[in-house]
Order: sequence, then C-alpha cells, then structure tokens
Amino acid sequence: MARIAGVDLPKNKRGEIGLTYIYGIGPSTARYILDKNNISRDKKVNDWTDEEQNAIRSTINDELKVEGALRSEVQMSIKRLLDIACYRGVRHRKGLPVRGQRTRTNSRTRKGKRKTVAGKKKAPKK
Amino acid sequence: MARSIKKGPYVATHLEKKVLAMNEGKSKKSVVKTWSRRSTITPDFVGHTFAVHNGNKFIPVYITEFMVGHKLGEFAPTRQFKAHSSKKIETAAP
Repeated sequence: MARIAGVDLPKNKRGEIGLTYIYGIGPSTARYILDKNNISRDKKVNDWTDEEQNAIRSTINDELKVEGALRSEVQMSIKRLLDIACYRGVRHRKGLPVRGQRTRTNSRTRKGKRKTVAGKKKAPKK
Repeated sequence: MARSIKKGPYVATHLEKKVLAMNEGKSKKSVVKTWSRRSTITPDFVGHTFAVHNGNKFIPVYITEFMVGHKLGEFAPTRQFKAHSSKKIETAAP
C-alpha cells in the first residue's frame, strides 16, 4: 500500500519499524523522519494518511540518500579503494576482511564457505 | 581510534620540508625515498613519486589526488603471501 522510495512497506508494522525496510534507513533515521513530521512512531504503516505519506516522501527525498543512490555511492567508494591500490583496496580485491580482523580462523562472512585442503593433517591428540 | 581533528594530519617534518622545497623548485622528477609510512598524504604530495619502505625494499608510489588523506604505508604492503602449494590436492585425506 504505502510505497516509498521504490519499496513496498509492510502494512501491519509500526511506522518506526516499517521505514527500516528501506535501504539506508535504520531505526534512528526512521524515528527522525516520523518525529520531524509529527507522526506517532506507533502508528501502523497502513494507517498513514496520504498527507503523512507525502510528508515522509518529501523528507526522504530532500534530506536522505537511500536505495539505489546510496548503493552506488558505496560501490563507488569501494571502487576508489580498489583503484588506488591501498591496503584496504587490496583486502577488498582478495575478499578478505578489510578492518584488520584475524583470518587464521573465522571471517567466514568475507571468505565464504570453507574450502577443505586435502592432505592437511589434524593436530595429533596426546 | 581516529586522530583528533584539532591536531591536523600528521606528516613527518623532514618529508614535508622536502616536498615543499620540490614544489617551489618545480623539480618534480626526483623520487623521494622515505621510511615514514605513517605520514598522511596531503594535497601537496600529488604528482610526486615516493619510494616507500616496506621493511625490505622501497616501493615506488605515484600519488594521485584520490590518495589524499591516506597514509603512505597503505600503498607499500609489508606482507608477502606465497600461494599455497597445489600439489597437496592429489594426496587424499586419510
């Protein structure tokens, strides 16, 4: 029903939560938008009037970068790091954690599923 | 934690002096050898080439305007990764 920034918002959630379904809007930004337009945070998305929807829309349009524009901005920043070949760019290129986390174990989010190396012996048990 | 803005970016004084002298003398050819990996790249550095020490040898780094705000050390990796040997794949795990 309520369609904002190209995203269908869930009907039965509170406005505060519903807005976070938009990429680039988290809990605190959602609260900021609602408070600015004097809409109760607890009002369901379904119950917004047309004026309220338009107010929210214009706030997002004027002040925030969301969805596609934000995604492309993030991509551009990563691309900049890749192009200047700094340490962070290299880590992005190799698909390893960028912010100095350990890689001996963990960091599976960046590295993806475990690739088993055949012939690697397990530490002998005493 | 990031450096306080109040202090301004850190650039080693000896390096800054050299770069400013080069900018005034308009001799952009010479490569500046430096060990100061911790120095921030300022707009004055753009267009120069630095030979940044990585602990073993000097890595030539040509500074473009996109690099401003990074540190010199970010462009001279200190670790060398040798690929894992691929012959181990043939021997199956017991």
